[in-house]
Amino acid sequence: MHLLNLDSFIVITVIKTVVVFAVLMTVLAYLQWVERKVIAHIQVRPGPYRVGPHGLLQPLADVIKLITKEDLIPPHVNKPLYILAPFLAITMALLSISVIPFGPKITVGGYETYMQLADLNIGVLFILAVSSMGVYGIALAGWSSNNKYSLLGGLRSSAQMISYELPMSLAIAAPLLISNTLSLRELVETQTGGIWHWNILHGPFPQVFSFIIFMIAAFAETNRVPFDLPEAENELVAGFHTEYSSMKFASFFMAEYANMITVSCMATLLFLGGWVAPWPAEYGSSYVPVAIFALAGLVALYHGFNPARRRDGFTLPAFGLIFLMIAAVFLLPMVQQWLLPLFWFCAKTGGILFGFIWIRGTLPRFRYDQLMGFTWKFLFPVAMLNLLVTAFLVALRP
Amino acid sequence: MDVILFLVFALIAVVCAINVVVQTHPISSAISLVGVMGSLAVLYLLLGAEFLAAAQVIVYAGAIMVLFVFTIMLLNAGAESKKGKSLMVQLLGVPLLVAFLALMAFYVEHLFPSNTMVHFGGFTGGGVKEIGRALFTTYLLPFEATSILILIAILGAIVLARKEMD
Repeated sequence: MHLLNLDSFIVITVIKTVVVFAVLMTVLAYLQWVERKVIAHIQVRPGPYRVGPHGLLQPLADVIKLITKEDLIPPHVNKPLYILAPFLAITMALLSISVIPFGPKITVGGYETYMQLADLNIGVLFILAVSSMGVYGIALAGWSSNNKYSLLGGLRSSAQMISYELPMSLAIAAPLLISNTLSLRELVETQTGGIWHWNILHGPFPQVFSFIIFMIAAFAETNRVPFDLPEAENELVAGFHTEYSSMKFASFFMAEYANMITVSCMATLLFLGGWVAPWPAEYGSSYVPVAIFALAGLVALYHGFNPARRRDGFTLPAFGLIFLMIAAVFLLPMVQQWLLPLFWFCAKTGGILFGFIWIRGTLPRFRYDQLMGFTWKFLFPVAMLNLLVTAFLVALRP
Repeated sequence: MDVILFLVFALIAVVCAINVVVQTHPISSAISLVGVMGSLAVLYLLLGAEFLAAAQVIVYAGAIMVLFVFTIMLLNAGAESKKGKSLMVQLLGVPLLVAFLALMAFYVEHLFPSNTMVHFGGFTGGGVKEIGRALFTTYLLPFEATSILILIAILGAIVLARKEMD
């Protein structure tokens, strides 16, 4: 960073912010498309199919619908807090992405910069702090709506988020002990060198239990199935956002998905080695993305030439060619230095996100007392024990 | 830049603090208190005490105030009605306020040396490593005493809750 003067630093930061924001918004919109498609295929139906090829323009249509809808404010709500709540939720959800590193230090046009918006040396604590502030959005939405279903949803949500924050923090603390840093970038740098150096498998104590505890707590923190009691529609209509419409409703929706992305990134950075490839480049890990995209392209081409539906004859070959082109881009040496880390980071995060969707498609919802009993009587003691064992082994490490 | 940020967040802190007292509804007061704590965290951050700032947000704004809000929501407390001021407040309120402010100004003037300025970011002991080292060497006894105090408080809470159940 010392190579830069202040002006170009500001310019680069502005460019990075715009790029990250645009990509994040697109991912938020399309994550919802992916979720609907995956769940549809789990339930043996095609999912969104009408708007654009394979429903690919569905997110765009949804955005237009949500923006142009009438923004109703019911007369019986507490107006200032009712308006504040969705803003709080979306702000806190988007804020945490600013400290997530997507890749290592790269050189663009002679400038060295990190693939990260801000490198805080307390990055992990920042994310914990911001996510603990996110509770207010939901709690206030539930309370200010002045509706019994909303209130119950808000109460459930805040109780659940307070309770699951404890095992989550303890599960985060264990890999931090091994890596001995709070900066997310340095955390990844201690895990370089292949899958055996990732915190989930790396000694003195492999963090498998931490990872599982973290993921369970992450489901509860993001209010996802099987812990989506705050919006259990058969008991609470729509929970805390019953009274919200238009963009205010969309804010809560986007906040939920942004939180999902954040916890997936956190799991990737803390346990799965961030942007580090599973095995070193000299054993050919840099050809994995080429192989994956080329295979995807060939499969799409094959199905395009034997179309199952009427329009597949045009759309699938087009997608196949796009995939083959992406595979070719991964072979260019000048983009490899930043494209490969980005690929591994997105692949790991995407895998976890797919897990989120998969579990939503398969598991039923918990009962509320089971949910609370599970965290206080099982998850919290186990996380504590895991932290103690890790601390002992780290202290004994020569 | 630092001074502007300081002024902005100091102003937010003061306004929120006054709002805590002025608001009639407990929820609005609690949210204003969250505002105070958040802007205090930013002030810590400006001074360079980053760990303290994060701890302030996680512990006070994030955990304690969420419990406050949760309790207020659970009890469904309504807005309080304003009653007429008592005779003592009407007579002694303004003179006492002036006396208090004068005392504060006097002590600030005399206790703190006027030739040293606070520099933004000048505080260097605010990292996680330094605080951890200080807690487990210099301030070990107060640290341990505090943890036992907290343990006693937790046990007390459990005993009280169990009595309620029987």
